[in-house]
Amino acid sequence: MQTFAFWALAAAAVGTGVAVFAVDSMARATFSLLASFLCVAGLLLLAGLQYLGALVVLMMVMEMLVMAVFMIMYMMNPAGLMPMTMVHNRRGALLVSGGLFAVMAAGILLVRWPERRGRPPADPTADLGMALMGPKMLVMMVIGIAILATMIASVVLAVRGGRYGRAEGDGAGGDGANGGGAG
Amino acid sequence: MSLEAFLLVAAALFCVGLFGALSQQSIVMLMMGLELMINGVVVAGAGFWLRVAPNADGQVLLLVAITVMALEMAMGFAVVTALFRARDVDMTDDAGDLKG
Amino acid sequence: MRESPVWAVVALPFALALLVYAAAALDAVLAGGGFRDPLYEGVRLLVQQRRRTLAPDRLLTRIGVVALPLAAVLGAVVVPLGGRAVADLTVGVVWFNAMEVVVWGAVWLAGWGANSAYGLVGGYRFVAQGLAYELPHMFALITAALGAGSLRVDEIAHAQGGLWFAVWMPVAFAVYLLSAVAMAFWGPLGHPAGNDLAGGAAVELTGPDRLVFLAGRYLLLVVAAAMAVPLFLGGDGGPLLPGWLWTLLKTGAVLAVLVWSRQWLPALRMDRFMTAAWTVLIPATLLQMLVVGIVVLD
Repeated sequence: MQTFAFWALAAAAVGTGVAVFAVDSMARATFSLLASFLCVAGLLLLAGLQYLGALVVLMMVMEMLVMAVFMIMYMMNPAGLMPMTMVHNRRGALLVSGGLFAVMAAGILLVRWPERRGRPPADPTADLGMALMGPKMLVMMVIGIAILATMIASVVLAVRGGRYGRAEGDGAGGDGANGGGAG
Repeated sequence: MSLEAFLLVAAALFCVGLFGALSQQSIVMLMMGLELMINGVVVAGAGFWLRVAPNADGQVLLLVAITVMALEMAMGFAVVTALFRARDVDMTDDAGDLKG
Repeated sequence: MRESPVWAVVALPFALALLVYAAAALDAVLAGGGFRDPLYEGVRLLVQQRRRTLAPDRLLTRIGVVALPLAAVLGAVVVPLGGRAVADLTVGVVWFNAMEVVVWGAVWLAGWGANSAYGLVGGYRFVAQGLAYELPHMFALITAALGAGSLRVDEIAHAQGGLWFAVWMPVAFAVYLLSAVAMAFWGPLGHPAGNDLAGGAAVELTGPDRLVFLAGRYLLLVVAAAMAVPLFLGGDGGPLLPGWLWTLLKTGAVLAVLVWSRQWLPALRMDRFMTAAWTVLIPATLLQMLVVGIVVLD
């Protein structure tokens, strides 16, 4: 049962991953990427990583919704009503990624992997929490600061207008569009 | 659910993502490729956690990978928006050209 | 995860259906109709012919329409409706939160799929509203978990033997109720499906699709109300009456308040709500969490 669920989720994850680059509609591409993430969340749950599995669902749904907004903003044909391709060097990319997969698969199957050390803890979530608030505190702090820095940096990059507060309407943009970094 | 199974799935996801990242012209699609690659890394991490070393370090690493995914996307969109504002460009090929 | 009795699995759909109908009936009565109106409306939608728009994305619409009630039901499996949850996960609170975020996708897809401008605007409104309510909502959930020292819903409910969390975490409780309304795009935060957009995200949904979507919205409201009971209102604790009855009574009371808010509170624009959420609600919930953290550590 578990093995069946694993392979079903795995196939769905890879299949929807391929679909991301195969469908015409940007909305469909975004949501097949989301489906791929949800399948991976299912794999994490199967592996017993309950917290991380739920976290992936939580974060990826929000992330993909934000992504959908940007997709539709920047694409000339977001609904895929006319077929189109926007690729460069398709054959080279196929060769590189296919070759890499062959090499990786060979390596995975040929290498003798070490035996497992220890057993999974009864409650992996508590394990993670104790590690983050104990010996791995530094990681948690770095993550926190990185998130804060990203928030500030992305707002600075994306916001129109300069250092004099929020620009209302397009007229105030002008030169500020280029000098957004000054804020 | 052997380690090899997890790693094969991870490699497949990673390579699909790599194909996207190499071949897509649109910056947004390129970022989807990057996200798929990190997705593969997450699967591999779960496999290693389950089959090699089921301790907290692996989970912390996965948490970092998931965070990186979110940060990558936030920064990516900010850069695309800035680029679009400044140059009216949303394709990787055009971003390399000088403004003329 | 603990094994749960079979009756919990069987009882859950009945309890949810009962509460959904009660919510719809109460809404109809408050609006000046009869309590049988939802039944008539449901039958009407079942037999109604579907309206078609030009070049819709039918697959995505269907996914969105079905995902709405599905997410609510999946969230409900960790809620102890009547004593025991169907699946008492160790990370129940996080699971509940993850399932309700799926609503973002559902509403946006339903709005996008019809290829209609109003629908799309409604979908975008919900994403904006989601960005506003989600962080305060998460902090409210975490505050309750922090007070109990557990992410397991059952343990949170039973950590309130002496004092309900609603009493000594009033800010978190208020924010939870507000975000429950926002999550179900209901009443004061119903702008994503507002009348100014002729129905917003649901504008082009007709027939059974519309029925499933609207029922899913009531279901969300019910599940959010049911979750408030173990998180803030002492779960099944109470004098005299049996536990399951207390759970139902408390859920009904919260649900009634949520439904009632639609008739008596003005609609809130999501951009104003966004400003308020980021400048008032997030600091307030963080302070609440700090207070709870200090109390717990003490």
